[in-house]
Amino acid sequence: MATKKGFEVKLRESLVEIVRKTSTELPQDVVKALRENSKNEEEQSRGRYAMDIIQKNIQLAEVKSQPLCQDTGSILFFIHYPSGLDQTVIEKTAVSAVKEATKKGFLRQNSVDSLTGKNSGNNVGPGTPTFHFHPWNKETFDVRLILKGGGCENVGAQYSLPDARVGAGRDIEGVRKCVLDAVVQAQGKGCGPGILGVTIGGDRATGYLASKEQFLRRMEDKNKDPRLADLEKQIVQEANTLGIGPMGFGGKTTLLGCKITALNRLPASFFVSVSYMCWAYRRQGAVLSSKAEIKKWIY
Amino acid sequence: MLKLTAPFTEDKVRKLRVGDMVEITGKLFTGRDAVHKYLHEGGTIPISLQDQIIYHCGPVVVKKGSKWKITAAGPTTSSREEPYQADIIKKFGLRAVIGKGGMGEKTRKACQEYGCVYLHAVGGAAQVLAEVIESVDGVYMLEKFGSPEAIWELSVKDFPVVVTIDAHGQSLHSQIQEESQKNLASLVGVKKG
Repeated sequence: MATKKGFEVKLRESLVEIVRKTSTELPQDVVKALRENSKNEEEQSRGRYAMDIIQKNIQLAEVKSQPLCQDTGSILFFIHYPSGLDQTVIEKTAVSAVKEATKKGFLRQNSVDSLTGKNSGNNVGPGTPTFHFHPWNKETFDVRLILKGGGCENVGAQYSLPDARVGAGRDIEGVRKCVLDAVVQAQGKGCGPGILGVTIGGDRATGYLASKEQFLRRMEDKNKDPRLADLEKQIVQEANTLGIGPMGFGGKTTLLGCKITALNRLPASFFVSVSYMCWAYRRQGAVLSSKAEIKKWIY
Repeated sequence: MLKLTAPFTEDKVRKLRVGDMVEITGKLFTGRDAVHKYLHEGGTIPISLQDQIIYHCGPVVVKKGSKWKITAAGPTTSSREEPYQADIIKKFGLRAVIGKGGMGEKTRKACQEYGCVYLHAVGGAAQVLAEVIESVDGVYMLEKFGSPEAIWELSVKDFPVVVTIDAHGQSLHSQIQEESQKNLASLVGVKKG
């Protein structure tokens, strides 16, 4: 019993640290993408101005260990755990870690009762935080966390093809039209430059879920499917000719990246689900030992 | 880069144009959903907002001894105040509104008619914007609305914003929207109805 208690205490501590790091430090691949794209904006331009402020903000948040953005967003956990363990214990411990991280100011109080408008004050309530558990045959844990702000969540979009408004048929060309339309609809409201997660197919729920799972991919990784790899590249390149720019101020950097996956669909359905991630792309993860100590940061 | 001191005057505001990058030094008053609804419905406050700037922001505030300190202060989405903003610009004589994401037609018209501007801060830049707050000079409606929704009177130094709606009827948001839609049409061909 004592060792079990010790494990839970350690797991809680490691999870609080993962939340802290996710909320206050951007992963290096995202920092690099922002830095490189910033050079594409002309000096003295509004776009460059926004990109400079963004970079200053990244440094300040890290030095002060305070949230990058006051909207610490939806809390999405993706957890692989040793298959012998009791999942309910892991979930209970993670919920208590979220409460602790909220108390420490790494997370804003962000869970509101949709009927009464009352804030639970600790980020816990029906549907929050969100967990995706996967048991596996390893002794270690792989815990990944995404914090996704409300501004960018609000500009996500789902299309049912064919779609007459955007002129999209049930093919790759139709997918391309939908995704570019979503970028134009979002304008600067999602706090761009953004990163898109896209699912072709699935149903309305699995499509959105898989689109968010795309945010677990590194900025520089290449899609294993050459057709999707081409489409990802094409969309970023074309979106950056739209002229929306950082924060919608105008400029060349509208998207930093686009990650696409495909799921099988029903013959009757053809969904394109687009999730938009703001520049404050908070994604972190760690490998934990069997005793729940942080062994290695993933990103 | 333009450097302006607040409070503004109508003359100063009328000189600003869409696209101007501005750094503000002086007073800001925070106000978001609760404050806008309250003022729109005839509520009263113990301060005058004549010629002042309202900032759509729900800051994170901590009390150190008897002093308040702001630890995160990025802009919140302004479009939620669209139903109230025009009326409040008119009634209280605001000269500027700071927020993110832009505002609509009613606010654009009110800016033109009464001499006000909409200034866009960089969304997500909670630390940079907290850093330029030099002091918290007062707080109003704290009991009634709670900390994030209260009116915080702040002194800022070189607070960075971009003019995206000016007092001449121009809106950067509509310009970029139109331009990007045109660019999209040329990328994907003319849309079918």
